[in-house]
Amino acid sequence: MNHNISRRDFNKLLVSGVAGSALGIFGMAKPAFAAQTRIVVIGGGFGGASAAKYLRKLDPSLSVTLIEPKATFYTCPFSNWVLGGMKTMEDIGQTYALLRSKYGVNVIADTATGIDSVKSTVTLKSGKVINYDRLVVSPGIDFKYGAIEGYSESVANSSMPHAYEAGPQTILLQKQLLAMKDGGRVLICPPGNPFRCPPGPYERASLIAHYLKEKKPKSRILILDAKDKFSKQGLFKKGWDKLYPGMIEWRSSATGGKITKVDAASKSVTTDFGVEKGDVINFIPPQQAGKIAFDAGLTDASGWCPVNPITFESTIHPGIHVIGDAVIAGAMPKSGFAASSQGKVVAASIIRLCQGKVPAPPSLVNTCYSLIGPGYGVSVAGVYKLTSAGIVEIPGSGGLTPMDADDDHLNEEAMFARGWYNNIVQDIWG
Amino acid sequence: MQVTIRSLLTACLVFSVLLIAGTDASAAAKKVQKKKTAEVCVVDPRGEILALSCASCHGTDGKSVGIIPSFYGKSPEYLEAALKDFKSGTRYSTVMIRHAKGYTDEEIRLIAEYFGTVWQNNK
Repeated sequence: MNHNISRRDFNKLLVSGVAGSALGIFGMAKPAFAAQTRIVVIGGGFGGASAAKYLRKLDPSLSVTLIEPKATFYTCPFSNWVLGGMKTMEDIGQTYALLRSKYGVNVIADTATGIDSVKSTVTLKSGKVINYDRLVVSPGIDFKYGAIEGYSESVANSSMPHAYEAGPQTILLQKQLLAMKDGGRVLICPPGNPFRCPPGPYERASLIAHYLKEKKPKSRILILDAKDKFSKQGLFKKGWDKLYPGMIEWRSSATGGKITKVDAASKSVTTDFGVEKGDVINFIPPQQAGKIAFDAGLTDASGWCPVNPITFESTIHPGIHVIGDAVIAGAMPKSGFAASSQGKVVAASIIRLCQGKVPAPPSLVNTCYSLIGPGYGVSVAGVYKLTSAGIVEIPGSGGLTPMDADDDHLNEEAMFARGWYNNIVQDIWG
Repeated sequence: MQVTIRSLLTACLVFSVLLIAGTDASAAAKKVQKKKTAEVCVVDPRGEILALSCASCHGTDGKSVGIIPSFYGKSPEYLEAALKDFKSGTRYSTVMIRHAKGYTDEEIRLIAEYFGTVWQNNK
């Protein structure tokens, strides 16, 4: 996933940053005398909503339009808490009222169906066409439903929810867990890298275990993983041993975790080592950039979007910036926090470009809290900068909750996880 | 030039400091900041881009709504000292030490300057 660039390319990037600012001036030349500079943002998730809010906050002279079909956006962060019975869907629903009223973002409830990078227009499902001077695309992920035999979108919607976009499938998975008998078996099947929220499936296993321990203590969870290692592995395993001894088994790809086929009718999955049955099967498929990014030609052969790491401007289509899970961002994980951090960098960069100035070098951050139990939290932090090797983590910074952290520390991190959620959703949507 | 006209319409003038990755323009930034007046707020673009991520945990402009400490209204001096104490480990933290170690002392000064003045501009 590391997007390596040579020193020569790095120098070119810096020059293109300057060229980009020239483009900014020329791009603005026509409308600027007559009207506001028009920035359009596609996607109202962590990345897009952050970009829209901060564009208006940092430069109220801009016209900012946000295109998002959902009236309520359910956040993936904390959706595992819903599965664990600690939060409701209502708790994790965010709306766009304050972006409209407090920040003056023009929020359009519609779906972007096409981008014309030559005419600088976005076409909406309703048929409406919107002009932009600069475009930000924050499309999130799409699922590769055809990647595994027996799996499809209808299987995901009806019997094997991935629940990796918070919403109806989160509710379906929760209903399945509630309906499961004591002594039942839950299969969780995480995909290979790269995918959204690397610790997500393991926090999910933890909080489902929390629910089962309280209500259905004879039940078991089997994680069949397409990978041989996973995010915060040592911390999760230590927490599982402490809070849920014997309840969660993890099998790596090499030891029979890799799934080759699923069968919704018999509620089973096939691995290299045989068939595993589950009363509840949470199969999380491999992923790629969101559909609009493909339709607009913003993706490369990897299925993700290459960008200039200073401005997050597409290296394929100038004038279009791509952020969030869909983007190739070096060492940064695909997380809501990372998307928001990129949204702010893109907002500051676009403002500089529109002013005919050189954008400041980016500074990017990630913090991901995971809850292993209600009073047991762990985190991973990262501070990133741009070097000739792309976006890299700053040596000596970041990292995980210490393995020897005491109970007070873990409890404090669990409290900070809640505090983090309250603030990040306020910082983005409020 | 259209850029200038638009800038004048902006509530908060953002002064340009030509920054290219790796170039230290802090001397120039300091010079610009000294010209600060009541009518014009000056934001160092490098400080701004370093500081904005902090708001994800601490709230917009450092105004926290939950358990995580708020630092809205604190002085640049207070914030600089706090960040340096987190970085050195002198001050206890769970995650702040891991963040603070990602910044040079100069970057910490810029972050402190940003949050230490942004609330004054909101007045």
